[in-house]
Amino acid sequence: MKHLKAIIASIALFAMFAGTSLQAKVEIQWWHAFGGRLGELLDEQVNKFNASQNKYTVVHTRKGNYSETLNAGIAAFRAGQHPNILMVFEVGTASLMAAKGAYVPMYQLMKDAGQSFNPKGFVSAVSGYYTTTDGKMLSMPYNSSTPVLWVNKDLMKKAGLDPEMDLSTWKRVGNALDAAKAKGIDMPFCTCWHSWVHLENFSAYHNIPFATKANGFAGLDTELSFNSPVHIKHIQTLGKWAQEGKFKYMGRRNEAGKNFRAGECMLMTESSAGYAGIKKEAKFEFGIRHLPYYGGTEAPQNTIIGGSSLWALSGKSKEENKATAAFLAFLSKTDIQAKWHQDTGYLGVTTAAAKKTKSSGFYKANPGTDLAGIQMMRNKVTQNSKGLRLGSFDQIRGIIDEEMEGVYNGSKTAQVALDNAVRRGNVLLRRFERANK
Amino acid sequence: MEKRVFFKGWWLPALLVAPQLLISFVFFFYPSGQAIWNSLFLPDPFGLKTEFVGLDNFRFLLSDPYYLASFKTTVIFSTAVSVSSMALGLYLAALADRLIKGAGVYQTLLIWPYAIAPAIAGVLWLFMFNGNIGLASYYLKALGYEWNHTLKGDQAMFLVILASSWGRISYNFLFFLAGLQAIPKSIIEAAAIDGASFWKRFGTIVIPLLSPITFFLLVVNIVYAFFDTFGVIHTITSGGPEQSTTILVYKVFSDGFVSQDLGSSAAQSVILLVLVGILTVIQFKYIERKVHY
Repeated sequence: MKHLKAIIASIALFAMFAGTSLQAKVEIQWWHAFGGRLGELLDEQVNKFNASQNKYTVVHTRKGNYSETLNAGIAAFRAGQHPNILMVFEVGTASLMAAKGAYVPMYQLMKDAGQSFNPKGFVSAVSGYYTTTDGKMLSMPYNSSTPVLWVNKDLMKKAGLDPEMDLSTWKRVGNALDAAKAKGIDMPFCTCWHSWVHLENFSAYHNIPFATKANGFAGLDTELSFNSPVHIKHIQTLGKWAQEGKFKYMGRRNEAGKNFRAGECMLMTESSAGYAGIKKEAKFEFGIRHLPYYGGTEAPQNTIIGGSSLWALSGKSKEENKATAAFLAFLSKTDIQAKWHQDTGYLGVTTAAAKKTKSSGFYKANPGTDLAGIQMMRNKVTQNSKGLRLGSFDQIRGIIDEEMEGVYNGSKTAQVALDNAVRRGNVLLRRFERANK
Repeated sequence: MEKRVFFKGWWLPALLVAPQLLISFVFFFYPSGQAIWNSLFLPDPFGLKTEFVGLDNFRFLLSDPYYLASFKTTVIFSTAVSVSSMALGLYLAALADRLIKGAGVYQTLLIWPYAIAPAIAGVLWLFMFNGNIGLASYYLKALGYEWNHTLKGDQAMFLVILASSWGRISYNFLFFLAGLQAIPKSIIEAAAIDGASFWKRFGTIVIPLLSPITFFLLVVNIVYAFFDTFGVIHTITSGGPEQSTTILVYKVFSDGFVSQDLGSSAAQSVILLVLVGILTVIQFKYIERKVHY
């Protein structure tokens, strides 16, 4: 009898849910760039939201890597087939911002939907990237990371080095690489995202401009300036290491991550978000350090973010925009943010999430995971370390990639390569300025 | 004297050529017209606004040394792909033509790679030469040769040529085999009786008789190398390192669909259109004269 009751109850319950789902839920589309472990975690967030209420359904689709996702979104927008939410990586931010009319600004979206939303809850170093100069938030920060130095402690020992040695400056790193090479380590150093780490973050960290006009924040008439003596010195050093076989270049994106996780590379500069994959795959003891800098200069400034934000594209019904607002508000909740931060190594983008993570003892249990946050927020940001806002920046990165490859393979000096990259990049900036006047 | 057929009236001939005209219009004239039109504008990526810029897109392109370098890259790439795939195709066809047993099996296996889409072929070769997990790069390293096509332009070029030619060998093989089998055995046997060696027969009988097919394949292969190889390049090198594998059509693709610079991309299409037009005229005017039908 008891069983029968339970069965009837569950059928009734099921019917109830089935009934509500018949009341035409509003479905919205989210295009993103996450596969692998990150894709699973993203899927989990969406499922949680869909289960948490019965008015809206979010459907997420992976559209390839960051660039491919942005391009798919733009092409779809031209064809009128665009999703409600588009993930845009930080490099595409200026392109979106300039396309007024292509998106509903975040503050507007939340206001129209009557959704309570506090932009002040976000860490300013992150939200500043997606906020206009007059303080209006245009898109919602989703995943943000900053580059750190990853250390394979086992290989350090093999190289006869103290795995806890000071690696805070590039000079010390250079010494460690010399020792490693002498001990026959095949890949002493590797890097992911070389333009992002070694030029963009390098500039902010040494408090020198990457581009004029406050790195583009102050106007479209900005010009690149990453061919200063300090920049050249660093890129020349990388080129020298590449020639001497201490630095192995594996590709423009995060290809080198594979080599590090496989235990081949001793020191790697990569996003703090490499954490998810390294923790899962590394069969060696690894450590996390601050990004090195050049001694002799002042103590390092702060690093800047990489990652993506979510843009609500325009041309959608009021009902759908409400659903979008509800979902984005859900994502900014503290427990969702804290879990994301701890699982992935991305920064806790809300102050509450960072606090919660700290009080839960996560940083103590996982040493090094707090370094990225500290490094981002160690100083008051200057106009050189606020971030970058440059049009056609995906293309400019392509140019930087090409020119720096010339330094690594020895066909160019750093001076020639960076001068070239600045000149070619400026042409694109002028073109962008003209198209977006 | 050539035979000519004359139609009375105009509607029947017009009706008969109408489908061809319609196809040409929809798939050629309309898109080409669009490309020419768009090449005069500078639109923003989202298509929200656009500005008439006259010939500025062309000026922008022709003052870019990397664009000019990509002409040279295209010539090297297309020549290497056409010549290597045709030479190997002919070689394999000559061998397969002499087979007595199991010819069908060999032929099928040799044609097989043609069924693989360029992008997939690109990924397959990339796997073999990948710096992390590639078998080929592993063995090359064991032999003391450092393989890193992400950094070395000549290696990258070699790899995209290899991947692009591979599928093409099958296609060329197929046509050459058909051509070889169409050559009457009696001519070759007569030459053999007269004491001509294999190479003599090959050079003076087979090659001239194959010339219509060779010419056809040359045109088709060049068109292939020019237009259908961007899938391979995109998957293997994305045009790098330092644009050493950026051929003209890949630049059209990457500027238009990756960088969203539709004005420049349209201008490049127009330049490419003119270039291929000239190339086709040259091929038919000068090379075709040497062809014996």
